Amino acid sequence: MSLQINNLRVYYQTLRGDVKALDDATFDIRDGEIMGLAGESGCGKTTLGNSIIYLSPPMKFIEGSVELDNEKLPIWDMKKMDKYRFKKVSIIPQYAMNAMNPTRKIGKMISELLDSKKVSYRKTKQELERRLDLVELTHNILNMYPIELSGGMKQRMVLVLSTLLNPSLLIADEITSALDVSTQKAVADMLVEFRNREYVKSMIVITHDISILYQIADSILVMYAGKLAEKASTRVIIHSPRHPYTKLLISSLPKVGVKYSEKKLIGIPGNTPMLLKPPIGCRFRDRCPVAFDKCIEEPPFIEIEKDHFVACWKEYRKNA
Amino acid sequence: MIEKKEKTEKVFAKEPKKINEFLYFALRNTKLKVGLSIVLLFLLLTLIGPLFTNYELNAFSAGSLSSPPSSEYWLGTTVFGQDIYTQFVYGLRATFIVGAIGGGLATIIGLLVGFIAGYRGGIVDELLNMLTNIVLVIPAFAVLLIIAAYLDVRGILMESVLIGLINWTWTARAVRAQTFSLRSREFVDMARMSGMKPLKIIFTEIAPNMMSYLLMALILQFGGAILFAATLDFIGLGPTQGISLGLMMNYAVLWGALQFGSWWWFVPPGFAIMAIVGSLYIMNVGLDEVFNPKLREM
Amino acid sequence: MRRYFGRKILIYSITFFLAVTIDWAIPRFMPGDPIRNLLARAGQRAEAADVMYTYYTKAFGLDVSTWQQYLNFWKALFHGDLGISVFRFPQPVAAILMKAVPFSICLLVPAILLSFYAGNKFGAFAARTKILDNTVLPLGYILTATPYMWLGILLAWSLGIVAGVFPIAGAYGFNLAPSLSWTFIFSLLEHWFLPFTSLFLVGFGGWAIGMRNMIIYELESDYSHYLEALGAPRNLIRRYAFRNALLPQITGLALQLGVIVAGQVVTEVVFSYPGIGWLLLAAIQNQDYFLLQGCFLFIIIMVLIANFIIDIVYVVIDPRTRIGMVGGGS
Repeated sequence: MSLQINNLRVYYQTLRGDVKALDDATFDIRDGEIMGLAGESGCGKTTLGNSIIYLSPPMKFIEGSVELDNEKLPIWDMKKMDKYRFKKVSIIPQYAMNAMNPTRKIGKMISELLDSKKVSYRKTKQELERRLDLVELTHNILNMYPIELSGGMKQRMVLVLSTLLNPSLLIADEITSALDVSTQKAVADMLVEFRNREYVKSMIVITHDISILYQIADSILVMYAGKLAEKASTRVIIHSPRHPYTKLLISSLPKVGVKYSEKKLIGIPGNTPMLLKPPIGCRFRDRCPVAFDKCIEEPPFIEIEKDHFVACWKEYRKNA
Repeated sequence: MIEKKEKTEKVFAKEPKKINEFLYFALRNTKLKVGLSIVLLFLLLTLIGPLFTNYELNAFSAGSLSSPPSSEYWLGTTVFGQDIYTQFVYGLRATFIVGAIGGGLATIIGLLVGFIAGYRGGIVDELLNMLTNIVLVIPAFAVLLIIAAYLDVRGILMESVLIGLINWTWTARAVRAQTFSLRSREFVDMARMSGMKPLKIIFTEIAPNMMSYLLMALILQFGGAILFAATLDFIGLGPTQGISLGLMMNYAVLWGALQFGSWWWFVPPGFAIMAIVGSLYIMNVGLDEVFNPKLREM
Repeated sequence: MRRYFGRKILIYSITFFLAVTIDWAIPRFMPGDPIRNLLARAGQRAEAADVMYTYYTKAFGLDVSTWQQYLNFWKALFHGDLGISVFRFPQPVAAILMKAVPFSICLLVPAILLSFYAGNKFGAFAARTKILDNTVLPLGYILTATPYMWLGILLAWSLGIVAGVFPIAGAYGFNLAPSLSWTFIFSLLEHWFLPFTSLFLVGFGGWAIGMRNMIIYELESDYSHYLEALGAPRNLIRRYAFRNALLPQITGLALQLGVIVAGQVVTEVVFSYPGIGWLLLAAIQNQDYFLLQGCFLFIIIMVLIANFIIDIVYVVIDPRTRIGMVGGGS
């Protein structure tokens, strides 16, 4: 198994107390798997993604383990994680547009970065150029300053840079949010290409846009209010989801060919709960159309069929 | 379906109003508290200090020339036998006046110039910008020197006004930048689209957001005016009447306090300026932390 | 690029023009007969008084129209003729200035450069740890709030009088004549040290504070976070942050020139150091308006040149300005 996460708990320290942003996450990702991580704002997906590679204050590690390629990652130790960063686990951040030093030529920055990680720039340069070709960027980009690039170009550059040392795990955090639709498709396809060529072993693609995941993800993990709701292959999540939240999420997506004069587009009424003091039991209880008395107890994240995990009391019974 | 009555418990009451939030942090900020206390202390001294002295401001007292601090003369005497404590508290008065008028004027001018430039944009902005740059480049001190040198009689009001007229460029720049960023924010667009009159927009939407900025600018200008005035006074180009801290230092050096070792003559005035201006700066840092949540320490 | 510099030059030209006009205009706003006033206040020796009167009338050009006077002033300026000094009669103002310039430059330039360098380096260093930061911050603010002349006085008193280590007046020993001997050079340095230190310390405080603030800002930026996420070592991130934080500091230097000028003048006065500042004060005290005008003009020109140099340096150092100007973009 490429990535194994067990009982991961990461809270945010605030003046008013700890916000339970990520509570008890357990799941696996295989080599070569692209897993989409979906959910509303504030559901904990960015916390999950970032805590694997850079758990900095105000994030606080509570408990849990993260194993990559059978090696335990010391995610709570900022210093010790350095040797894993970039080489074993890497990230394309949400702020990729501004991720490069504005006063340094891109090539110079890359060479300085590699040198500082004890990787020879000279030896890597050829591979770098090959990858630039793959994402359709000219080699001349290395002589330019970030300010000279468009948003899409910067995104692709960061994609190439983050994956340059062939990490086992790549975390892509909302990388398509700031782009137009056609660039979104292009970037999404590049991600898949990188995986196919084994530049990256496995990926976690964080987004609130399920349609992108439909295109490129092998599996999807849906989160709600800091807890895992459902994980299954993309096909299953889109066509036969089991968790009530996932069902509502999917049905709230517009579908091609359906005219909404006939059928109203359903949203999900209500608001996500505050995570400073989360509600007892299932966190979706208040907005759930099928909640019942057992829901006052927290449902565990259980495998109900092969590779299909759900945290919902209603759904276990069906497979009992 | 669960009863709608069963609501998720909200831990804290509704979000406290902005002002209360600021007060909350303000009362807890050490830098702000320490800085403000020191400034207020000196202010107090200015107001009630003169009550404690029996001596006339520049009265000579033949018996005790250049004497060190004692119970009779709290801060000692000058080479002419004048009581330094008396001069000190009156000098402080001058300092605060210049700070208030000079600093206040500079802030107002800066505010107007910066705001109009930022809000109007276009050619108005270009012109005001050019004006700001020109005034910026001219070394204020040299100009003030020349003007003051040619004026026979100078009052403290004149000095403050001159300082205010020339020291506003920094505030103008900052306000302009802030106005630009606020102007294009959504809530202003919303107000404009809903048909609010421009003046109303300025007062209800933009002004509150600038308040914090203005307060900080005022504090910095206050401190800056004090330093400026002290420097002018030291050269002898301050007010022709009265006493000020800078003037005290001028006299001290002029009349050989250094050589005679009468440190009580030149140490207190400079120290007061340093303490007041330094506290103002530190207050400012504290205020910045209060207004800017990102800087607050956890 | 051309537009940027064109605009700057325009501003500097207007400023220069304005400054010269102010310089020319002010004596004319004095009440009463300027020349009588001048002579009365100057209290010249009787034989000199008549010569002065005719000279002044000619010099002020009061025998021609106001407009012509103004043009004459400009003409003289471009010939490097700044008039004759009253208080050091009959030396021409320009010559007096030239003698004072080296002293001011030797004080000013090292003080600015060293305090800028040391202050910025120290400010960056102080932002490393909380403990260091909490002590350095208030210290820096206090230093920068210290009036230049007070610091000068304190140094003069403590190290000069009490400890007796340094002299506190003049540029070199009164008993020495300028020569290339070691005694002379040593004396120069001796006299130079205290005023230099005074200017240096105040500047140092200001730069340290500024850099500390800027570097914290840079360390919180996206590019810093990205490098951290990629596991780049601390010193690479700090290096980038420092370089980027330096840019606004350089702009700040241009803004500080006015304050630095004031500090220079006042420090020279405290130490009776015969630079332009000291000359300025002497001119004022002796009502030597020609000398005053000369000093003022000189200071203005120096400040404008310094501003221009800083503008050039900034364009060289910040690639964004160059790209933006050439109209870069994909």
